[in-house]
Amino acid sequence: MKDLQAKKEIWVFIEQQEGCIAEVSFELLQAAGFLAQKLDQAEIIAILLGHKIRDLAYSLFSFGVEKVLLADHPCLENYLTLPYTRVISQLIMKKRPEVFLLPATTVGSDLAARLAARVRTGLSAHCTQLDIDEKGKLKQVVPAFGGQVMATILCPRHLPQMATVRPGVYRRAIGHEKTPVIEEVPVELNPADLRQKVLKVERAKEFTCSLEEAEIVVAGGAGIGNREDWKLVERLAEVLQGTVGGTRPPLDEGWIREEQMIGQSGKTIRPKLYIGVGISGVIQHVVGIQEAKTIIAINNDPKAAIFQNADLGIVADFRQILPKLIAALEKRK
Amino acid sequence: MDIVVCVKPAPDPKFWERIQLDPITKALRREGIPSVLGPLDKRALEEGLRLKEKYGGKVRTIAMAPLGARDNLVETLAMGADEAYLLSDRAFAGSDTWATSYALSKAIKKIGKFDLIICGEWSLDGSTGHVGPQLAEFLDIPHITRTVAIEFTEEGALYTRSLMEGGCRILETSLPALITVAREINTPRFISLMGVLEAENKPLTIWGASELGIKPEEVGFSGSPTQTGEIFMPEMKRKGVILQGEPDELIAEVIQKIRQAIG
Repeated sequence: MKDLQAKKEIWVFIEQQEGCIAEVSFELLQAAGFLAQKLDQAEIIAILLGHKIRDLAYSLFSFGVEKVLLADHPCLENYLTLPYTRVISQLIMKKRPEVFLLPATTVGSDLAARLAARVRTGLSAHCTQLDIDEKGKLKQVVPAFGGQVMATILCPRHLPQMATVRPGVYRRAIGHEKTPVIEEVPVELNPADLRQKVLKVERAKEFTCSLEEAEIVVAGGAGIGNREDWKLVERLAEVLQGTVGGTRPPLDEGWIREEQMIGQSGKTIRPKLYIGVGISGVIQHVVGIQEAKTIIAINNDPKAAIFQNADLGIVADFRQILPKLIAALEKRK
Repeated sequence: MDIVVCVKPAPDPKFWERIQLDPITKALRREGIPSVLGPLDKRALEEGLRLKEKYGGKVRTIAMAPLGARDNLVETLAMGADEAYLLSDRAFAGSDTWATSYALSKAIKKIGKFDLIICGEWSLDGSTGHVGPQLAEFLDIPHITRTVAIEFTEEGALYTRSLMEGGCRILETSLPALITVAREINTPRFISLMGVLEAENKPLTIWGASELGIKPEEVGFSGSPTQTGEIFMPEMKRKGVILQGEPDELIAEVIQKIRQAIG
C-alpha cells in the first residue's frame, strides 16, 4: 500500500486581488511542475487566501495543482501581513512542505519575509533559476550587486525551502487537468493580528502593460538629454505597440516611474524585441535585458558597452535615426 | 517620538565593475571598494529626521557591518541623527537576512524604547527587501513595506501610503511599527558643515555579539538558514553586428531586424 502522506509537497502562494489571480502565480505553478518531476513527483499544493474566492480555486486545477488549501475569511479580503502570516505559518508548522514558492511582488515579498522569520527557515529573493540538486535540495540562483554577480543559494537544514520569483521568469503553461481537491483551512486570528487595517486601495488610472510581460520594449538611457527627446523614445514604443523602459537617469529626471526601470534588484525582462536608445550599457542594465530574444542598440558612442551585447548595434545619433525610423514604421502600418 | 533608522552600508556601486571572482577560491573579491550608504538608507534617515523635527524625540541609526562602516554611521550623525550604533563582530560574517534581522532586533531591544523603525525598501547589494519585515517579526510589531507617505492621527495611529503593483494602499497601523521606504518618499538633505562638526561629539557605540547576548552559533554562517553555494558572473556576449553609416541604410537594417524579431 502506498503511503500518500510520504509524498513531498511543493507549495505555491496564489496572489489574488479583488478576485483576480496574478499572472505570476500561474508562472510559479509552471516552476513547481518542473521541480516536482525532480523531487519524486512531489505534490503541488496551491495556497489561496481571500474572501468569497472559492471559484478561483477551480481555475488552478488545469495547471498541475493537486490540492488547494483555501482560507476564506472577511479579514483576508485584502492582503494584510499579519493575518496572512498567521494563517499560513500555522499551515507550515503543521505540514512542513519541502518547497514554498511566492511571487517576488509587493505582496509576495512582504509575506515571504515575515513568514520565513516566523517559521525559522531560509528565504531567497528574486530567483532567476530554480533546480533540485543531487541531494534533493532546492538550488536557488539569485542576483546580487544589481545582477552583476549571481549566487546559488541553498537552505540545507530547514523546511520549507522558500524562494520568491519575479514575474516573467517562467511562462504559464497548461498542465495535466487534476480532479479538484479543495481543503478549507481554519482561520484563527489573534487580536495582535488586527493591529493594521486597509483604509483604501487606489488603482492607477492608466493601464500599462508591465515590463515583465511586454513583448516589445523600447528603453532610453542617459544619452537622451531632455524631455523633448524622450518623447521620441515614447513615440517609437507607441508605433511598435511596445512598453517604455529606462535606466536610472530617466528615472531621476522623472520621465519614467520606478517600475519602468530595468536592471534593479534582478528585474529581468524577456521581450521578443528590445531596443535600447542612448543606453551605455552598465552591467546592471545589461543583465536585466539578457533574456530578450533580439537586442537592438542605438548609441553614438562606438565604444558603448551595450554594443558588446546587442544583436544589432547602430552607431549613430538617435536624433537623426529615431524620427525617420518612426516615420518609416508608421508608413508600413 | 523615538525613532530607529536601520541603514546598510554596501560597496559603492561606482566601483562594482571592479568586483571580481577569485578564480581559485570562487569567493567574491571586493577589496578596496569603499562602502557607502544607499539612496534608500538616506531617505529612511531623512524621514526619521523630519518626524523628529515635527514631533520631537530622538533619531538613532543602526547598522550591522564591518568596522570600516564606521564612517557611514558618522555620516548619519552629520545628517542629523542623535546617536549611532554599529554591530560589528567576526561572528556576524556570512549572516543572511534571517540572522541579520535577528541581530538587529537584539540591538534594538537593548537600546530600549522606540515608536517607529524606518528602513530602506532594499539594500544596495543584496536587494532582497527582507530585513525590514523580518526585523518587525522578531520585534513582534506590525510593518509596512514600500511606504511613500506617512502621517499620524491625533490618536497616535500611523497612516501610510504604500506602493504596490498598479496602484497604492492607505493603511492604518498601531504603533510601535516598522516601515520600509521607497524612493518617492522624500529627497534627502545635504550634510552641512555644522552637521559634520557636530557629528564628532555625538555618541557612536560599537557592539559585538556577546554584548547583545547573541551566541556565535545564532548568527553568521552557522546561524543562517540559507547558505551561499556557487557564485558566478553571468555570461553575456552576443555576436552582433555593429553598423555605422548613412542614416537611411541604418534605418533599413533596423526595420529588417524588427521584422525578424516580431514576425
